[in-house]
Parts: sequence; C-alpha cells; structure tokens
Amino acid sequence: MDAGFNRQTRDNSVSDLAIVDATPRAAEVDRGKVLGRMALFDFFFHNLTRAAAVLVLLILGGVIFSLIYGSLPAIKAFGLGFLTTESWNPVTERFGAVAPVYGTLVTSTIAMVIAVPLGLGIAIFLTELCPHALRRPIGVAIELLAGIPSIIYGIWGLFVLAPFLQQHVQPALISLTADIPVLSSLFAGPPYGIGMLTAGFILAIMVLPFITSISRDVFDTVPPVLKEAASGVGCTTWEVMRYVVIPYTRVGVIGGVMLGLGRALGETMAVTFVIGNAHKVSSSLLAPGTTISATIANEFTEAVGDLYTSALIELGLILFVITFFVLAAARFMLMRIEQKSGA
Amino acid sequence: MSLYTSRRRTNVIATTLCWTGTVFGLAWLVLILGALIYEGARGLSPAVFTEMTPPPGATGGLLNAIAGSLVMTTIGVLLGTPLGMLAGTYMAEYGRYSKLSTVVRFINDILLSAPSIVVGLFVYTVVVAQVGHFSGIAGALALGVLVVPVVVRTTEDMLLLVPLPLREAATALGLPRSHMLMRVAYRAAKSGIVTGVLLAIARVSGETAPLLFTSLNNQFWSTDLNAPVSSLPVVIFQFALSPYKDWQQLAWTGALLVTIAVLLLSITARALSSQGKNK
Repeated sequence: MDAGFNRQTRDNSVSDLAIVDATPRAAEVDRGKVLGRMALFDFFFHNLTRAAAVLVLLILGGVIFSLIYGSLPAIKAFGLGFLTTESWNPVTERFGAVAPVYGTLVTSTIAMVIAVPLGLGIAIFLTELCPHALRRPIGVAIELLAGIPSIIYGIWGLFVLAPFLQQHVQPALISLTADIPVLSSLFAGPPYGIGMLTAGFILAIMVLPFITSISRDVFDTVPPVLKEAASGVGCTTWEVMRYVVIPYTRVGVIGGVMLGLGRALGETMAVTFVIGNAHKVSSSLLAPGTTISATIANEFTEAVGDLYTSALIELGLILFVITFFVLAAARFMLMRIEQKSGA
Repeated sequence: MSLYTSRRRTNVIATTLCWTGTVFGLAWLVLILGALIYEGARGLSPAVFTEMTPPPGATGGLLNAIAGSLVMTTIGVLLGTPLGMLAGTYMAEYGRYSKLSTVVRFINDILLSAPSIVVGLFVYTVVVAQVGHFSGIAGALALGVLVVPVVVRTTEDMLLLVPLPLREAATALGLPRSHMLMRVAYRAAKSGIVTGVLLAIARVSGETAPLLFTSLNNQFWSTDLNAPVSSLPVVIFQFALSPYKDWQQLAWTGALLVTIAVLLLSITARALSSQGKNK
C-alpha cells in the first residue's frame, strides 16, 4: 500500500501548487483559486457519493414498488384468495399460489435438514480438527463451491444426480419405508428422479458453502481463552464445541442458517431443472412439484394475457416478502454477533 | 470410569462425523467438476467459438451466446461499479456514522442475497413492459443491479481497513476529503476494490434467472442492444432442457466455459486479496 505514496510525487500537481510555490504573490492568487476549486469539488463529490447511497435505497424501493405495481391486476382479480387457491389454470385464468409456496417451503426444508448439520460439521472440522496445512485449501474449495453458478448445479442435477437417485436411491427409499406409517406417504409413488426430494438435495449442496463459511467465521470469533479454559478443565474437543463454542456463537450460527435459508428460498435455476414443474400439492417428496421461482422462470416468457403475467409477478412479490424477512432477521442476528466480538 | 469412556466415545463419534461430513461436502465439488469436465470437454472444438447457436439437429457453436454474455456483463459491470463504489465511499467516509449509512448497509446486505429472479421481474416491469420488447439493454441493467450490492459491500469494507493515520496525514497537509480519498484511500484500498469487482463479475456472469425475461434469447448474431440478445446461461438453460442430443452437448460445453470463467475470476480475486493482506 505504500506504492501509491511513492508514485505520488509527479501527479499531484494540484496540491503541490497550493502548498509549494516559488512566487508568493502569484501563489496567493492561485491558492485561493485552487482551494476554492478543491472545496467545490469536495462539495460535489460528497453529494455525489450521498446520491449514490440514496440510489441503492431507491433500487430496493423500486423493486418493491414495481412488484406491487405489476401484481395489481392479479391482486384485484383474486384478492386474498390467491394465497389459498391451489388451482393454476392459464386457460380459465384461475391462479393460486398454494402449490408453488408449498413447493418452495418443502424443498427449502429438505435443504436445511441436510445442509445445517453438515455445514456445522464442516465448520467444526475447519476450526478445531483440521491439520493446519489443510485448513486454507479446504476453506477455499468450499468457497469455490459457493461460487459455481446455479445453472451448473441445475444441469448437473438434471443429467447426473436425478438419474442416479431414480435408479439407486429412490427405489430403496420406497421399499425401505413401505411399512412405516408416516414415512411411506412421504416416499410414495414411482421414482421419477426429478421431484421435490431431488430439488431439496441440490439446494442443500448449494446452501452448504454459505452455512459453512459463515459458521466458520462466527466460530473464529470465540476468544481462545474460553476454549482453552474448557479444555483445561478436561473437556473433550466435542464438549468444547457443544458446551462452549456453539452456545457462545448461537445467534451468529442462526443468522448464518437463515442466510442460507434465504438463498434456498429464492434459488431459481438449479431448482427449475429438477423440480418437474407440476402445479399440485402432493404429500410424497418423490412427486414432481414446483416452487415460486421455478414457476416464474418456466412460465413468464410464455405467459399470455395480463392476468397471467400479473399472477406470476405476484408470486415474485410473495417470494420477495418472504426472503426479505428471512434475510432481515439473518442480518440482524449477524450484526449482534459482530457487536459482541467487537466489544 | 464408565462416564469417562462414554465421553470419549461421544467425542470420537462426533469428530468422525465432522471428518466424514467434510469429505462428503468436498466430494460434491469433485463430482460436479468431474462431470462438467468429462461431458463438456467432449464437445469442445473450434466450432464452439466460431459458429452461431444451431437449430435442432444441425451442428453449430456458441459464438453469439458468448459474445452476448460478454457484452451484457461488461455493460452491467460498467453501470454497477461506479454506483457501488460511490455508495460504498459514502458509507465508509463521509457518512460513516450517519443514519443513512446504517440503513443503506442493511438494505444492501439484503439486496446482496435477494433472489435474482426478482431483479429480473423488476427490470421487466420497469423497462421491458414499458418499452414493449425484450432487449439486451434490459439484460445489462438487470446484471448492473446485481453488481451494485457486491461492489458496495467490498468498497466499504476495504475503505474501513485503510488505517486512520493515513487519512489524518493527508488531511493535515490540507487536502480536502475528496482529494484525500482519491489520492490516498482509494490507492490503499485498490487491490480490495478490484477483488470486489472481480467477484461481482464472477457472480453476474453465471446469472440466468434475471436474463430470462429481460434479454430473452436470440438464435442469430446480433449487435443491436435494443433487440433480444443471446447469452450463455440462457442458452445452457434452453438447450439442456431440450430433447436434442446436439443441444444438450452444447449446453454441457457452455456450462464448462461458464464454470472455467467464474472459477478463474474468483481464484484471481482470492489471490489478489491475499496479496493485499500480506503487504
């Protein structure tokens, strides 16, 4: 960072002029001018940056406003019934959000059930168990997993994961759970390969790196003294994690999990490939379903008529409202853990 | 003694689970990249970079999609970066303790992880529905909106890392704040800000959802940004879901190209930022 300073001598002619000048009289005049110009520029720059900050707020406002504006026709036509209707029929123009909302919640739940324990496990591994030399490479690898675009997960899920689940995992699940009351209805029906379970799997893989990296960062905020004290009284590694680190960082971990949930709820492409796009609520996880984002991605460009388009935008509005609250809660919790570690 | 052994046993079980969890997590990365390279490399040929996307049953390449992606990403980044940098500057410098900054920081963090498909809907209602047709401009705008929060976040974080004495020294020389920023703070935070922009490009170049109903798709070569423009992710989406083997092969190859680009960008960004830290 000093490089910038060494190179400065040549090109800051403006400030040189103001500070070092051989002829005092001329300098007097120039200095006034230059300082005036600088002050003007400073004023301009200050307001420019503030305007940019306000514009960021306006973008969010614009998103909310445009979604509400776009969904007005559908809100007028269906009212609150939109939230309780299951039918989705473009021909008769009867639209209801139940199936997509249900699919969104179910796939996200599957994703969280898989990804939360796994993510926490990896975070514990990275902070406590991992040999030092491996810590950075594994951390980077996990973060690379986070950087892979969702469409890649989608194409992989469609051509690799779905056939694998269809041939090997789902038949086993069906036959294993056939006699167990609740589970048998969860895993009922033919193994399509694509469906809500597969979508949940893909989401779990996508969300895993977020949960892992945030939990790891949050675990790192625990003062070493606390951990050393626990180890000093004879706690095992697991007990240190279970009774010291996790309780200390609970808020932050929940924040990270919520952040992952926010991702899972809004994820589009990966899900669209493997969900099957069927507008129905079925109790079996193996059945094809749909999610809010998959419905929009699949049908928006083909939607004919204002009401159809508007219904899709209203779905977007519902999605945005749900994720907004989840993400806001997540940020709020993460802010609290930051304050705690900063204090 | 039995308490001791059961505690030991729990510990061994838990740590083993953590080990297997990590192996399991990393296995996905290997599996995905492996499938991608295996399937994608088979279709890699010069034609991919020199020919247009084909109609079903014919051979062709991805030239128009690659070009469309590059153009829209460039415009999106050019639109989003200055806005993000300025807003980040305000939050870290002029308004570090102001209410506005707190609110913007919160909102920006939400925008950072908001579903990108919603951004697509936003640009659709604001631009596409008003103009009446899909266009490359709308696609670039949608990408620009996605770039902003990433750049805001990194600019702010990096400027906050610039040591206070540097600022004080510049201010003591009589420089107004704007000059101090341009000549001192930005230079000190340069590698961090570049990292942020690279990460933003990486994020945006794989985005599909916001392009689906802004720039749509175009089977032919088009330099007209006022018309639908093809892009790599949308072509991958369309071709992968098609029943034609040729198209599916092209989708894999496109996916490989996107992934290589994104991984290269994020590895460069990581190398840059760790270089900045070591200094």
